[in-house]
Amino acid sequence: MTSYNTKYETHTHDVVVVGAGGAGLRAAIEASSQGLSVALVCKSLLGKAHTVMAEGGVAAAMANVDSADGWQTHFKDTMKGGKFLNNWRMAQLHAQEAPDRIRELERWGAVFDRTPDGRILQRPFGGHTYRRLCHVGDRTGLELIRTLQDKGVHSGIDVFMECTLTHLLKDGDRISGAFGYWRESGRFVIFNTKAVILATGGIGKAFKVTSNSWEYTADGHAMAYNIGAEMIDMEFIQFHPTGMVWPPGVKGILVTEAVRGEGGRLTNNKGERFMQNVDPERMELSTRDIVAKAINREVKEGRGSPHGGVFLDISYRGADYIKKKLPSMYHQFMELADVDITKGPMEVGPTTHYTMGGLRVDPESQQTNIPGLFAAGEVSAGMHGGNRLGGNSLSDLLVFGRRAGLGAAEFAKATQQFPSINDADVEKAIVEVSEPFERDKGESPYAVHRDLQDLMQNKVGIIRKEAELHEAVTELQALKERARVCSVEGSRQFNPGWHLALDLRSMLIASEAAARCALQRKESRGGHTREDFPEYDAHWSTVNSTIRKDGDAMAVSTSPLPEMPSELKQLFEEAK
Amino acid sequence: MSKQAVFNVYRGSQEGGDFQEFTVPVEEGMVVLDAMHYVQGFLCPDLAVRWNCKAAKCGSCSAEINGKPGLMCKTRIDDLPIESPVSVQPIKSFPIIKDLVTDVSWNFEMNKKITPFTPDNEDVSSWRYYQEDVDRVQEFRKCIECFLCQDVCHVIRNHEQKPKFVGPRFMVRLASLEMHPMDRVDRLPFIKEEAGIGLCNITKCCTEVCPEDIHITDNAIIPLKERVVDEYYDPVVGLLRGIGILPKRNKKKP
Repeated sequence: MTSYNTKYETHTHDVVVVGAGGAGLRAAIEASSQGLSVALVCKSLLGKAHTVMAEGGVAAAMANVDSADGWQTHFKDTMKGGKFLNNWRMAQLHAQEAPDRIRELERWGAVFDRTPDGRILQRPFGGHTYRRLCHVGDRTGLELIRTLQDKGVHSGIDVFMECTLTHLLKDGDRISGAFGYWRESGRFVIFNTKAVILATGGIGKAFKVTSNSWEYTADGHAMAYNIGAEMIDMEFIQFHPTGMVWPPGVKGILVTEAVRGEGGRLTNNKGERFMQNVDPERMELSTRDIVAKAINREVKEGRGSPHGGVFLDISYRGADYIKKKLPSMYHQFMELADVDITKGPMEVGPTTHYTMGGLRVDPESQQTNIPGLFAAGEVSAGMHGGNRLGGNSLSDLLVFGRRAGLGAAEFAKATQQFPSINDADVEKAIVEVSEPFERDKGESPYAVHRDLQDLMQNKVGIIRKEAELHEAVTELQALKERARVCSVEGSRQFNPGWHLALDLRSMLIASEAAARCALQRKESRGGHTREDFPEYDAHWSTVNSTIRKDGDAMAVSTSPLPEMPSELKQLFEEAK
Repeated sequence: MSKQAVFNVYRGSQEGGDFQEFTVPVEEGMVVLDAMHYVQGFLCPDLAVRWNCKAAKCGSCSAEINGKPGLMCKTRIDDLPIESPVSVQPIKSFPIIKDLVTDVSWNFEMNKKITPFTPDNEDVSSWRYYQEDVDRVQEFRKCIECFLCQDVCHVIRNHEQKPKFVGPRFMVRLASLEMHPMDRVDRLPFIKEEAGIGLCNITKCCTEVCPEDIHITDNAIIPLKERVVDEYYDPVVGLLRGIGILPKRNKKKP
């Protein structure tokens, strides 16, 4: 149902899914299969979401290659990789359900690489005990998104492409809709709905060196925070060990972990395999937090490569093998860096990659603390704890995308009447998004964004310390003010400057949450490293960091970690 | 002074427009998309550009650079003759929205018409098929939907045959479905009629422009043309069907 007035159009759907990456698509397919009307709203064209950039594979204990694998081992690997800060129930559900989600993808037309006996092939990856990653060369994310996209367009889902949402709307305590604009025309749009699923991804565009696309501007985090949703663990940011470091224009672009999964070796400028000193057992296939910090140390201590990274070499596997298993990497280096990775090493260094923190959700249904508001994928938190294992993101999207779709569908079915949209909230949203056009001589949002990226990179980056984090919190207040009064040129029609002015507000909220949580957590764990507190701490191993809006201020605190039941604890005992 | 390049960037909308000149400092290894970002960041914040990954994986930043269709994120400035201005304009086969952004929604409409993957049996745990069975299908599934093949296709570009021809991108998708070992739907009637495969005169422009090196013409379109010919135009098969020795065609596999 659609209606129009002079200011905006209104669409009515049982469930609105925000974001069309793996989690959003999977959620929309599930909610739609429950017989509900579903809107899928995405900032880009369908099929362009960040999931297409996932390369190495999707983790699931199928035991196709290593028959000893099972959900218990996948669960244990995930908890260990997350430094035991994970929500145990999410890690358990994920490990148990991932294989079914893979089989379902195959039934929907995904074509994974095959074993010699005709089943789905699995490759080794960091932190996984067994060969566990189902993959398609090094373009697994594209396969996943195209399969879901082709499934989705025949499922009766209404897709709203290039439509950005900026505000969630409430009726009393519960969700009632969302407000945003069409990118093409700048026209405002309102969705009236019983349930919203946020699947908006991460916050990586707040950093200078990042593997993330322009879309990663923390929209879901900020929209939910602004209406009272709770975030946890925002200090945990994954710096992927291997991004490109040269030439300047490509700095940060991802180099898949599959290079190491296929046998790639990391060396410093002395030719030493430095992972030998850090994790002699797992070497290059240690977890990402450990490899990233090791690379960072090599560079800082003067053992780096000419352009400030280290060397990663796969050339000994031979040209045919590399072109078959890592075709995107071959082309990426050949075309963008003039480096032939079949003949010699590439130069790599850490790049901002993933946000472990995000919205706190119920493990079974993915509902946040706001009735009717659900979240899945990177915008949600808990599954990965302090550090995510490679391959666990794509499986997370599938497992919890489906669960969020089901959860939202059940919520919507139990809701008799559509909640109402509050006109005053809509008027306020219109004013807030129109403001940048009202000012003439303000600063460009691009200038503010550049300074935000520098600040986050330098002071809330891979290695953190108290004084710099204090400075970051202070400087973020100044940036917030600059963002508030920046101005944009031109019309509302497809205007990237205007879009960025609005996205900046979201990035600033997530950045402040990251800085405040990082300042609070006085220890080092996974994707949070404090130079002044380099070790694990017993107290901090029992709590999640929490963030809530308190009036105009951001309240940071802690909450106790849910305790693992004894039968799961037992799994770790048996291993000893 | 550092090296500079001049870009003539198309600025306009449905109502018309013109090229605007921007001077951009050039760093080693820079691509055209970097130059457009510089323009947005320092010279013209409302320049409309569609992009996502900047790593040739999403297929969003298609444009015509010095008249040549390509991905802006893969077109290196040091491969361009920057002694003279470089022109950057939107792909021409689709209606402009603003500046470098075009309305490609027609492609999404075409995609919906294709019958999706429909397996022989639903029990995937029993499925066995081998790498050599799907090498070709995987080649087709590399497609990032940049629509450059649609942009350069003569049938779409010069002959205004959009309603009658789905274009190379969707011939590739159709081929990936038809050649999938577990699929049971027969799409040949669709390929012949609605998809309009007969309109392709195999000039291979689509293959040349594909950033994923998919051999669109040789590996997708020509085999589909052969299947259509075998099914519909083979006189011997037609005769045997006519007198009832061969069954009427009704599905892909016996």
